[in-house]
Amino acid sequence: MERETISVTVNGRAYERAVEPRRLLSDFLREDLRLTGTHVGCEHGVCGSCTVMMDGVTARSCLTFAVMADGAEIETIEGLGSVEAMHPVQQAFWEKHGLQCGFCTPGMLMTAVELLKANPDPSVDDIRDAISGNLCRCTGYQTIVESIQYAAKLMREDGP
Amino acid sequence: MTERGHIPESRQREKPRADLQWIGKSMKRVEDPRLLVGKGIYADDINEPEMAHAAVLRSPHAHARIVSIDVSKAQELPGVLCAMTGADAAKVCDPLPTWASPPVLQAVIADDRVRHVGEAVAAVAAVDRYIAEDACDLIEVEYEPLPPVVDPEEALTSTGDAVLHPERGDTNIGLERKLTFGPVEEDFAAADLVIERRIRWPRSGGQPLETVGAVASFDDGAGRFTIQCNTSMYNYCGWMIASTLRVAPHKLNIVPTLAGGSFGSKMFVHKVPVLAAVLARAVGRPVKFMEDRIDNTTSCDNHASDRVYYAKLALKRDGTLLSLKTRIIDDYGAYLQFGVGQHGNALSQCVGPYRINSVEVDLAAVLTNKCQQGAYRGFGSEVANFVIERLVDAAADELGIDRIALRRQNFIQPDQFPYLIPTGNMYDSGNYQAVLDETLKLADLEGWRAKQAEARKEGRYIGIGVATCQERSVFSATEFWMWNLEPGVEWTSSPDGVSVKIDPTGKAFVTLHSPFWGNSPETVAAQVLAEQLTIDPADIEITYSDTDQGLNSTGPGGSRFTVMVTGAIVGAAGKIREKLLRIAAHLMEADVRDLTLQDGAVHVKGVLDMKMSIAELADKAHYYRLSMPEDLDLTSGLDATYVYDHPVTTLPDPDERHMGIFYPIMGHSCHIPVVEVDVETGQVHFLHYAAVHDCGTMVNPMTLEGHIRGGTVNGIGTALFEEFSYDEAGQLTTALWTDYLIPTIKESPADIVVGHVETPSPFTEYGVKGGGEGGRMGGPPAIAAAIEDALKPLGVTIDSLPLPPSKLRALIRDAQARAA
Repeated sequence: MERETISVTVNGRAYERAVEPRRLLSDFLREDLRLTGTHVGCEHGVCGSCTVMMDGVTARSCLTFAVMADGAEIETIEGLGSVEAMHPVQQAFWEKHGLQCGFCTPGMLMTAVELLKANPDPSVDDIRDAISGNLCRCTGYQTIVESIQYAAKLMREDGP
Repeated sequence: MTERGHIPESRQREKPRADLQWIGKSMKRVEDPRLLVGKGIYADDINEPEMAHAAVLRSPHAHARIVSIDVSKAQELPGVLCAMTGADAAKVCDPLPTWASPPVLQAVIADDRVRHVGEAVAAVAAVDRYIAEDACDLIEVEYEPLPPVVDPEEALTSTGDAVLHPERGDTNIGLERKLTFGPVEEDFAAADLVIERRIRWPRSGGQPLETVGAVASFDDGAGRFTIQCNTSMYNYCGWMIASTLRVAPHKLNIVPTLAGGSFGSKMFVHKVPVLAAVLARAVGRPVKFMEDRIDNTTSCDNHASDRVYYAKLALKRDGTLLSLKTRIIDDYGAYLQFGVGQHGNALSQCVGPYRINSVEVDLAAVLTNKCQQGAYRGFGSEVANFVIERLVDAAADELGIDRIALRRQNFIQPDQFPYLIPTGNMYDSGNYQAVLDETLKLADLEGWRAKQAEARKEGRYIGIGVATCQERSVFSATEFWMWNLEPGVEWTSSPDGVSVKIDPTGKAFVTLHSPFWGNSPETVAAQVLAEQLTIDPADIEITYSDTDQGLNSTGPGGSRFTVMVTGAIVGAAGKIREKLLRIAAHLMEADVRDLTLQDGAVHVKGVLDMKMSIAELADKAHYYRLSMPEDLDLTSGLDATYVYDHPVTTLPDPDERHMGIFYPIMGHSCHIPVVEVDVETGQVHFLHYAAVHDCGTMVNPMTLEGHIRGGTVNGIGTALFEEFSYDEAGQLTTALWTDYLIPTIKESPADIVVGHVETPSPFTEYGVKGGGEGGRMGGPPAIAAAIEDALKPLGVTIDSLPLPPSKLRALIRDAQARAA
């Protein structure tokens, strides 16, 4: 299949790659760029594990073709923070036990970041609405809500 | 010795204590940092040089003969390395491992016949997954359809072409037999009342967010496979995969990866690693096979108990429970991976927390044209809980006794432990009254009863359910084979091992021989070792062994890991502590009996400043052999391994009067959900949810609560939404997650109020009990009871799950029609 060349910025770094038009953004990130922090759960748009930020808005990378990201700025979990310097949402999920197996976590974190950017002091209902498209099979969600509330507090206190 | 068996002496070394420093603390998880920054390595994150990718062509038919199969066009597609049929696979590998006896043969790729939709018919390895999937589309298969067997009760009488495995006889009954424990007929004859129900438990599954995957390679210089896979039990029975691959067990190394959830579904995965390995050897390159979601839902180890119960509970007019009889038809699908181990499991707590004198179980495990059963959080016992709780509720209603009062009246009392139930299993300890009392407090029952009465006046339907459920933990291997009529695998060991090393600088290294599959093995190990050696968990590094390095370890599953790894670490740390003390005694010229280990140093009791830190002693132990006494045991270094055996298990009685002790570390829970049912739409909303669990001594309350809440939401899924639903043709109509409805946050209670009671086990180290499955074991019967209570004015009875709005509406409609 003929390839098309795309230019994408991922976590602040510019990439130029030739990809098949049918190649999913999730495969592009995970296989071509070896950014395997973005996880593929259901591969049909239900679970939200593959959620990344595309031009500042969350997108399901399993339902997005890589060619659709041509010219876009993508942010993935790898760009959020490091073990030495965690983003407040990462810190908060650690403190409040917002994860068990960790598979849904990258998508959950990106969704939380999007929420907190728009709404620095979300109510429980705001949080429940925001993550209603992300499945977690481990936690029962309650500690995820607590984590996001705590992240909001950390960010209000310390700045992002 | 009684007719229910005998209870061995406890081997507990560490008693529960109040002054523990790390055990019992909600320590943040050791596993989390790498998972939070996207650096955890799951199966699909592995990338090997020259790695090829596999895809599988799956059967569109539930039951058919494969007349012909042509892979030539697939093989011609550029980028394709190999297209393999069932006949090709059969030339290089044997049937998959099975615990069934006699076995039900299952091929990694179906050869002459397909037995369920989604069964593998051919596999392709190509340079990328897209091409592999393209190639699958080019494979031409001609099928001759056979009659699909879908209804489990019809499967009882199948003959001829409808029989899935004719080599086992002209029947689809995989195993059928009746077991009787105690004087069932006498007890039924003495009964004033017999409650009878037909209860239907639906086929659902763990559905972890990550599917099963493996990366296999074959080193033809060494004649050796390496398989990286998100499986468990590799250090227990991973060699079985070698047998399937026709290599000697030491010619296979299984390397665990992180698993993105299991809930039982990755207990011992067999198809995926074997498929990847067979292809890797064929193409001479590493091969990754990562299931997509359809691969997983149609053909993995993801489907669980699918049972029809005809249940009878005998009791006296005063409410005394006497005896339980069940006829069970369990729809196992096309194969028997774990034999009927799920029914060994279900015998462990089939009488619930109640004094019931005798039990009869008449089981038919039927084979149908559906995906085989595997394991899912509860492994069969969650169904037994649902059945006994539904029967007890029905009995209370029938007798006009309060549902809670009837439970209290029949509870096994705190002074009756350890208690042998009729099947022979032991309940080690418990305090069921205390758990119920604590839950009632958290649930504000009286308050909700008042609100319920008010709501009814407004035409609103609020209901409160109470379930008091057993939560067995720490399985023994006997559960897998106790039902078998013919001897097969009859193991009695189910240990877990650990390796511990203190390096010359005093840092600790723990090697676990079981995988991470979403639980907290590293956190538990760090807490227990920190407790044992009085060190900081931050000074402990945890890694996982492969089968080359592995010690005999059964792995997580059956809520066993926390108990077992705690036992293993106590064993290994004890050896290290002993050596530390001996070295310190020598170097400080003190008597070993005068020494004590505290705060990371060996102290001479009562002498201020006479101490040596573990780091100092480790340095001496590693590098100063000539400063040590002449003692052959004092080899240089500080290391120990320990394989901890199941704390208390016994053999089944040869005459089958009982099945021995096989699942004795018995937790308990009480769940009280408050729901509102919208009778117009059939929707269920949670207004409140209280759950109290007794899992003995808690190692980490925070992670235990995580299990309880997560398990409870799994239970909500089972109760309200989830079902692997097959139509009459044997098509799986809920293969996608658009149709198989996993609870989102919107279907989950905003606040599951969790409480604890701690009744330590007298048999395990520190008194710890397992708590991995209890939420799903307690949720469904409590939710069913709550819905029934809400709809009491309409006279709706709940005997089957799940209860999605459509089904609940139908029940309400029927009840309204009856009333009119």
